[in-house]
Amino acid sequence: MAKVTYIAFGGTETVIDVAEGVSLMEGALQNGVAGIDGDCGGNAACATCHVYVDADWLAMTGDRTEAELAMLDLADGLADNSRLACQIFAGPALDGIIVRMPESQH
Amino acid sequence: MATRHTLSREEAPPQWPLPPRQRPALADHSRDTLMAYLETAPLDEVDISDPIYWEADAHGPFFRRLRDEAPVHFTSLNSERHRGYWSVTRWADIMAVDTNHQVYSSDAHLGGITLFDMDADFIMPMFIAMDPPKHDVQRKAVNPIVSGMNLASFESLIRSRTEEVLDSLPRGEAFDWVDRVSIELTSRMLATLFDWPQEHRRKLTYWSDVSTSDPEVPGNPQKEERQGILLGMLQEFTQLWNAKVNAEPGNDLISMLAHNPATRNMPPMEFLGNLVLLIVGGNDTTRNSISGGVYFLNKNPQEYAKLRANPGLVESMVSETIRYQTPLAHMRRTALEDTILGGQRIRKGDKVVMWYHSGNRDERAIEAPESYIIDRPRARQHMAFGFGIHRCVGNRLAELQLKILWEEILKRFDNIELLDEPERVPSAFVRGYKSMMVRIPA
Repeated sequence: MAKVTYIAFGGTETVIDVAEGVSLMEGALQNGVAGIDGDCGGNAACATCHVYVDADWLAMTGDRTEAELAMLDLADGLADNSRLACQIFAGPALDGIIVRMPESQH
Repeated sequence: MATRHTLSREEAPPQWPLPPRQRPALADHSRDTLMAYLETAPLDEVDISDPIYWEADAHGPFFRRLRDEAPVHFTSLNSERHRGYWSVTRWADIMAVDTNHQVYSSDAHLGGITLFDMDADFIMPMFIAMDPPKHDVQRKAVNPIVSGMNLASFESLIRSRTEEVLDSLPRGEAFDWVDRVSIELTSRMLATLFDWPQEHRRKLTYWSDVSTSDPEVPGNPQKEERQGILLGMLQEFTQLWNAKVNAEPGNDLISMLAHNPATRNMPPMEFLGNLVLLIVGGNDTTRNSISGGVYFLNKNPQEYAKLRANPGLVESMVSETIRYQTPLAHMRRTALEDTILGGQRIRKGDKVVMWYHSGNRDERAIEAPESYIIDRPRARQHMAFGFGIHRCVGNRLAELQLKILWEEILKRFDNIELLDEPERVPSAFVRGYKSMMVRIPA
């Protein structure tokens, strides 16, 4: 499990316990977190779960795959700490992680 | 046995007029007759790209059978016309193709992104029909038009126009919803995106229709005539380009293309191609989802009642309408190497058609997919916008236009009554409506 803090573009914070092995996209969808749509169901194929990972946690989320990077590259507001939430999976190492949503997802 | 690979250009050189099309010997081409035929016809004897099935909205049984019996299926009937193609009909297989641009190419020079190849003597490169890296830089040139900030700035304009169009509609008399609302709203939006003169906005609709029209359907422009009309469009847009390229960059598509290093030196046919892409993409699709919503609510009165009772359902109703309509029925790719898909051997050069319309009705991915349910859980998880790097760039704008429209409709009209079955577009690509007669009670 991991406690995840989602911060919407407008500043609204939602804290959710996401079960081990469940993606941060799925955790957001199951709990109605605004700003994460997950239209492709977790295939890194729509970029509607784009998040910015807080610097302290970035290294722990692993590397972006080629497919993920290809989608992020075409998304609004790509940054060094951009990830697709569907490619980050909850676990003890991510307990306390903070992610923020871009303007295009509000 | 017929060949099960797409014929090369040498094996099937382009011909015009196209060789005659083989069609089933049926008493008529009504919806009932065609659907009954597709329920039992041998799968190899059907060419579902034939516009008769789409004009009558009769294709459903064929795709259901393919999903169940032959999810990756080759059609060689009429291959002297279309060179033969694979139909991919299940959600998961379509996802696999759409996200693998390394193997499945969109390149215009291989035929492009529709089942029928681009005219070999009139190739229009456009970023949807390109592979990386050129696709990426050109797409990025126009991406800012639909940025979050830009959409927010469009919202009040879209709303005031929608109010104006809805307030001008007659009460208690029959009128064509497609013309008065669907085309009117999408053409105004498109003119804004291009900074095109509003008084000439219907030209954009006309060019959009010509771009996707089948030259064989009676009444449509023939091949050379169609090319001539598109070249005329290029000429008119070149004037606009010349004005924009020498001015301060504005917040419009032509300025973005004219001032971006990736697109400012496009050859004329590439400029034309990208115009066609942006015009069709911003026009045909939203237009037909606008019409589709009226049609589906009339066919599902309990859903219409739910929406009236709870306007908060508009957002999920919009997604469900886009899924149920799937205004572009397919996208096509060309295999760059031999590969395996759904257990079938795909050869380099094969045409692979992803039937989004079928994927959106796949019960393996969507519960009760044949039902129109406006408060469906996870209504956004449909494939009408495609997936992967070619996913619709304007999807959020389309959703915004539809959302505002239905919010304003619900404020004004208790009912939009469908008077008759709509006239449909005879096309396996654009799944849409030519006209739809309705009445708003006085």
